[in-house]
Amino acid sequence: MRSSTGIKQLTALLLGGLLLVLSTAGLSESAVTKGSKAAEMDACVAPTDEMRRNHMDYLQHDRDLTVHKGVRNVTNSLAECVDCHAAKDENGQAIPVDAPGQFCAGCHEYVAVSLACFQCHRKTPEDKSSALESEPTGGKLGLLLDAGKQPTLTPAELDQLHARILED
Amino acid sequence: MSKSVDQPEMNRREFLGKTVVAATAATVAPGVLLTVANANSEQQGVSSDVRWGMLIDTNKCADGCSACVDACNKENGIDLQQKPEGHSDEMWEQQRVQWIRKVKLQDKQTGEQTNLPLMCQHCEFPPCVDVCPTGASFKRADGIVMVDRHICIGCRYCMMACPYKARSFIHEEVANQLANAPRGKGCVESCNLCAHRIDDGGTTTACQDACASKGHNAILFGDLKDPNSAISKVLKEKSSRQIRADLELNTGVRYTNV
Repeated sequence: MRSSTGIKQLTALLLGGLLLVLSTAGLSESAVTKGSKAAEMDACVAPTDEMRRNHMDYLQHDRDLTVHKGVRNVTNSLAECVDCHAAKDENGQAIPVDAPGQFCAGCHEYVAVSLACFQCHRKTPEDKSSALESEPTGGKLGLLLDAGKQPTLTPAELDQLHARILED
Repeated sequence: MSKSVDQPEMNRREFLGKTVVAATAATVAPGVLLTVANANSEQQGVSSDVRWGMLIDTNKCADGCSACVDACNKENGIDLQQKPEGHSDEMWEQQRVQWIRKVKLQDKQTGEQTNLPLMCQHCEFPPCVDVCPTGASFKRADGIVMVDRHICIGCRYCMMACPYKARSFIHEEVANQLANAPRGKGCVESCNLCAHRIDDGGTTTACQDACASKGHNAILFGDLKDPNSAISKVLKEKSSRQIRADLELNTGVRYTNV
């Protein structure tokens, strides 16, 4: 009896390890898209591992805040996700984030979770210069931080937490 | 003779609301600090201290001018929509999104003509909200009637209920949107008084700006609850009316000289 339990435990451990390796491999492939604005930045609105796990909850919370209460300077705004994470093609045109293999779709395809946001929402950064009455964006970096404020994480911590840009 | 009114009796509603508030306050007495903090954080965003409304002077609204409609289309990305393949022109004209429509009225006896832009009237007691089965059609605290497309199931009851034909339905997939105006197949939408502008501190709507730039100044937008706002002052002086005032919806959009 004891040996069979031991075998079970070992198998579970091995399976667990395998899953972990597989999942990290899958996730690291869809790190920040090369050529996007996000690739030049130190950090997203929260550390990458947190964003990976919780971005849907953050977005859902802030969407209700925006639609029903009219709060538009939310931390987690879908438009700002798109602004930072959309890659550009060779002509300098933004690629939709829900195009196959792009920032949003890359991961969502991998985990087979349907991505419904962009049936209605804009999928490429908006050309601010053409907007009728655009707000001055000086104070907004798309980060949790205010302009001019230092990140609360040390560079070493950021290094550890944030996704690396994959080399080709 | 008593008048039959199908509107909710507001006194009763207010009474109930106050009772509920009192009961909640009593039960959460140990967490008073917490509730106070919540109340403060809700100060952010829209407030019922204002009620946005519009006053349209139909005498100034010019025949053949569509500046307000065009500006609305541009501001809210309506002009990004294209006629779906295989649709006839007639079908497209009937089904395309329209937040503002120019209406021409004619007095049958005198032949007098009146032009006016007709959009969502932002009722105090909106029928579209009454009939919505999911809560997608709602009225914000500041009086703007909107659709939460995240909850809208596209049943179109609200379109049936609206006496002003203010709502449009998106029949086909939409390729391009503005960040401020999401739009997708299967949802209903209507004028939201340029809520994105107001939330960012703006004080005018796109249609008002366009009308003013044409020199007509037929549209005046502002806070109906502020006695010192331009719109309140004009409303106090001039005779204005609601369209279909008999329905007792207390619309936020009012008209003069109609």
